[in-house]
Amino acid sequence: MARTYSTRRKILTTAAAWGVALLIFFPVLWMILTSFKTEASAVASPPQLFSADWTFENYAEVWSRSDYPRFFWNSVVISIGSTLLGLAIAIPAAWSMAFVPGKRTKDLLMWMLSTKMMPAVGVLIPMYLLFQRLGLFDTKIGLVLALMLMNLPIIVWMLYTYFKEIPGEILEAARMDGASLWNEIVHVLTPMALPGIASTLLLNVILAWNEAFWTITLTTTKAAPLSAFIASFSAPQGLFYAKLSAASTMAIAPILILGWFSQKQLVRGLTFGAVK
Amino acid sequence: MATQSSRIAARIMVAPSVILLFVWMIVPLAMTVWFSFRLYRLLSPDRTGWVGMRNYTWFLNSPDFWLAISNTLLLVGGVLAITIIFGVLIALLLDQPVWGQGPLRILVISPFFVMPPVAASIWENLFMHPQNGMFASLALGLGYQPVLFMEDYPMASVIFIVAWEWLPFATLILLTALQSLSSEQIEAAEIDGAGPFNRFRYIVLPHLTRAITVVVLIQTIFLLGIFGEIFTTTQGGPGSASTTLPYMIYKQAVIAKDIGRAAAGGIIAVILANIVAYFLMRGIGKHLDA
Repeated sequence: MARTYSTRRKILTTAAAWGVALLIFFPVLWMILTSFKTEASAVASPPQLFSADWTFENYAEVWSRSDYPRFFWNSVVISIGSTLLGLAIAIPAAWSMAFVPGKRTKDLLMWMLSTKMMPAVGVLIPMYLLFQRLGLFDTKIGLVLALMLMNLPIIVWMLYTYFKEIPGEILEAARMDGASLWNEIVHVLTPMALPGIASTLLLNVILAWNEAFWTITLTTTKAAPLSAFIASFSAPQGLFYAKLSAASTMAIAPILILGWFSQKQLVRGLTFGAVK
Repeated sequence: MATQSSRIAARIMVAPSVILLFVWMIVPLAMTVWFSFRLYRLLSPDRTGWVGMRNYTWFLNSPDFWLAISNTLLLVGGVLAITIIFGVLIALLLDQPVWGQGPLRILVISPFFVMPPVAASIWENLFMHPQNGMFASLALGLGYQPVLFMEDYPMASVIFIVAWEWLPFATLILLTALQSLSSEQIEAAEIDGAGPFNRFRYIVLPHLTRAITVVVLIQTIFLLGIFGEIFTTTQGGPGSASTTLPYMIYKQAVIAKDIGRAAAGGIIAVILANIVAYFLMRGIGKHLDA
């Protein structure tokens, strides 16, 4: 028996749903609109939804005058680098946990997740000193390592939940046919696991791009990504609202768009398959 | 079946992840324990030595400590409460037949992808700023004095900003869980005369338990470490009004440059986090099918 809904009711719920969604989205929308205003109309009172003097000036200025391109590039290198390195280390681990589980596999997975619970700030000082000592402080490679290790448990978990859904019989068949371990991984497992790997990659690029603890504490200027740059954009005193908005819009735009594409996978990925 | 050699190969493939994570966890932790028993101030590097438990007693007796603990709990508890209550309500709304489900989901999920410093800085400057923020304009327009959000209500403001960032995550997970609820069950209850409240209480809510548990686990992991939002907005102030435990340790290390005391704080934070983690993992481990 299908439920029937009156059109009236659908109109009401649609209106309510759009109202709530726009309210939630409004701060982002307002930031984007502000980024196209002049500094004067950005702080106009009462606030103007659309200003008469629409301009791209802020973007041009942010991009050309500050070190913005460098921060942007650092974000790209750090988020993609740490994710790829993490995948390279996590894929074999998740593969063997999913297909050759031992008695301890579940404990091991739980232990990995529990390392995420350790407050990063608890180990801030040693990390700071180690990074200084090893010459990793304020370097991209240092941040790639730190973020890779920070997200490694999540990467292993996500891959594990995806790999577990691949039927083991197919791998066994390949093995019977004489495929070596290497061939098994490259020619059988990887193509089947590719969708899972892709969404793990996407989600971890997002997490790494938005990370705002190690990126702020382990950098000064050279390797600082956008998160550190925006965090230090302190007390703009009204005069820089439009430029702050332009810088912020550029900082979140790539991830927002990636996020929109990956939102279907987001729930599965971040709940480690517990909610599908 | 897995052969002996494939088992060995499997162990070898797990090893890099486990060893790296173990080193990443244990080396800094061991160093923190070491520092926490020593006098170690960057401003007076010549004076060093063992001080026993003195760093710990200083930290535990500092008036800021209990404030930081209660702020941390307030932040985690407040954000969890807001995101789950509103998350359930919004998910129920979006689960109704509406036009534009796809675009709606995109709008609702967006704040989750905004990096913490940007989220904090949009709210602080464009909305909560006492002269130029939108809330100030609205207040003046209605004949009220603008609220000094970051000065008078720093903790509430931080909780609000963080809740805005995490509400989409909770909503999306709860919505996904709702969509797997069979409509026959609801209809059967409806035919038996169950009203909307009873249908929610006895069918929908039990169905959502697993999703809510997962939301609590994952959000707690991230919320215990909240840093960027406070760093960008209040810097833990005014005074220590919005200092959480992570931020208090950060201030000891970076501003007071007292490594020993900060390390003691770090160990206290690790112990507290482990207590929380123990209960969470026990409660939630059975919901993750490992």
